[in-house]
Amino acid sequence: MKSRRCPANTALRKAPTGIAGFDEISGGGLPHGRTTLVMGGPGSGKTVFSLQFLINGVRDYGDPGIFVAFEETSKRIQANAGGFNWQLAQLPRKKLLFVDAQPKPDLVQSGDFDLCGMLATLAVQSTEMKARRIVFDALDIVLALLPDLAARRREIYRLQEWLLAQELTCVISLKGGMDEPSSITQQPYGFMQFMVDCSVILNHSVVLGVSQRNLRVQKYRGSSFDENELPFVIGGSGFDVAVVRLLGRADVEVTNERVTSGINRLDTMLGGGYYRAACVLITGFPGTAKTTLSGAFAQAACRRGERTMFISFDSDGTEVIRNLASVGIRLDRYVKSGVLRMVSARTITGSAEMYLARIKALAQAHRALCLVIDPVSALSKSGNELTAHGVAERLIDWSKADRITLVCTSLLDEIAGETEGDTPLHLSNLADTWIHLNHLVQAGERNRGMSIIKSRGSAHSNQVRELILSDAGVTLADIFTAGGEVLMGTMRWEKESAERVASEVAEVAGKLKRVTLDAQQAELEVRLKAVQTELIAKQVEKTLLARTTASRKAEIVRGRARMRELRGGDAAAPKRK
Amino acid sequence: MSRRVTFKFRLYVAADTINSAQALANLHALCRAYLAGRHEIEVVDVFRDPQRALAESIRMTPTLVKLAPAPVRTIVGTLSETQRVLQALGLTTDAA
Repeated sequence: MKSRRCPANTALRKAPTGIAGFDEISGGGLPHGRTTLVMGGPGSGKTVFSLQFLINGVRDYGDPGIFVAFEETSKRIQANAGGFNWQLAQLPRKKLLFVDAQPKPDLVQSGDFDLCGMLATLAVQSTEMKARRIVFDALDIVLALLPDLAARRREIYRLQEWLLAQELTCVISLKGGMDEPSSITQQPYGFMQFMVDCSVILNHSVVLGVSQRNLRVQKYRGSSFDENELPFVIGGSGFDVAVVRLLGRADVEVTNERVTSGINRLDTMLGGGYYRAACVLITGFPGTAKTTLSGAFAQAACRRGERTMFISFDSDGTEVIRNLASVGIRLDRYVKSGVLRMVSARTITGSAEMYLARIKALAQAHRALCLVIDPVSALSKSGNELTAHGVAERLIDWSKADRITLVCTSLLDEIAGETEGDTPLHLSNLADTWIHLNHLVQAGERNRGMSIIKSRGSAHSNQVRELILSDAGVTLADIFTAGGEVLMGTMRWEKESAERVASEVAEVAGKLKRVTLDAQQAELEVRLKAVQTELIAKQVEKTLLARTTASRKAEIVRGRARMRELRGGDAAAPKRK
Repeated sequence: MSRRVTFKFRLYVAADTINSAQALANLHALCRAYLAGRHEIEVVDVFRDPQRALAESIRMTPTLVKLAPAPVRTIVGTLSETQRVLQALGLTTDAA
């Protein structure tokens, strides 16, 4: 039993209702062995609530139950219950009893009467089937027949005493149930609210043409409970009470695992991709490729083999597939293989709560690991403005708890201008990663710019990138910043090519210069060689000259001596002996 | 309607609770006044015989069922409003 989680509630035993969300807000269910009053106007879901309490009791908690129908015949109630996925027919017949207690239309009433007959017969049946739960649906019908207030009060006390003696957990549903305190005393059975241990008020209103349901636990003796009015929906499995995460509930386990966004450069910008089970918000004006970006994510998820669901509020699934195929995102094969489920939510009408309930049911049925909602801002259609934010909060809370990676796109209001304003749902503060797409109109063209406004828990690039869509897919290009101006599209291309040409010219010029220098160097080298050779020649010449001079001198000396000898006129030189 | 027709009544009571005792007394008085010598009354106590009440889906007590003559009529309450009861039993013209 869920109440075990809350130590404060162990004193009072509770009978779990098994109604999604209700056991959470009531700390485990209805007071065991006591009476709960369910009040509401026509069509507020009183019968569904009580029936579900009973059926879940039989099926999930082994509590046999009796349904006493004062208003509708039990046959009709059972037929109506067949519309929910409760598998009423599969429940053991002996564990669930329907008792018809509608006053016959031709019944004549004269004077006072009491409910002893009914209680006596119910006691027999209850003992026979060991009933633990009982529902009196639309008790007001029979109370209205009683002649005066005193008689009504008497019968209610009789019923109360009987219930206590039988130790049954009881749900009594009553029509009306005005919430204002002033009307309580005016109501003939208003004092029942004081008598019972727990009282639940169901409300069904229409806001701008959209049905909104909510539920409030008015009192709960001996137990803490969520006192607020909580929205709920009646879906395929009955009641679904929207619960915002309660204090003290265990935090969701976080992971550092990353999943790719489907675009390599975006992953790099995000430091590796989105976090698993994160909520990614893609905002932008119409036509800024929000769907394309989320489609890329869906494709990547399918490629990993993760079950994915793509909910489109704008167009049919087949249209989305065709449109995405034009930018190289091929989703059709994944739809065929069953990994991807395309849902067109254009046809779902109703409150934001209803949307959420449907989305949840579909995602759970598909066992989706990745979910795309395009655009989530559709939740705040007219009539849902007040509730949509709460719904979006719970959507994110639910997806995190179920470890679903959620990619939402959100349409920004055109009137809001080109500023990076907040989304209509104020989702931006809840989202883990916020990617903003916008148009930049420049030089007569419109280009898509993408920037990461925030990405919790990961380093991310501060750069605005240009998003380029082509047959081959989605790519991100660096944008040009020149002189404090951001250039995109053709201007970026022009600038890029101009830069390319300039660098080519510079390269060529460099090469030319080098060649010239090489030539000059070679020339100088040649000249150097020539001079060197000349130098050597001069040196040789000089040496030769010196040598010839010396030999000539010696020749001259020798010649003179010989001449003297030959003349013989002079005495021989003393030197020569 | 023949004056010799016998009226058959079945009264479901919850032991001797105030309402039931009152209904029984009122029925006896009514029969004495309008149906002397041509009525049968069967009293069923739902506490002693709940199975019968169950079988005949009696929810409120006291409940008077007129079994004969046809049509079968059901009257709930203490039967204190005599005119209303007579009307329901088809006895008003007779009384007039």
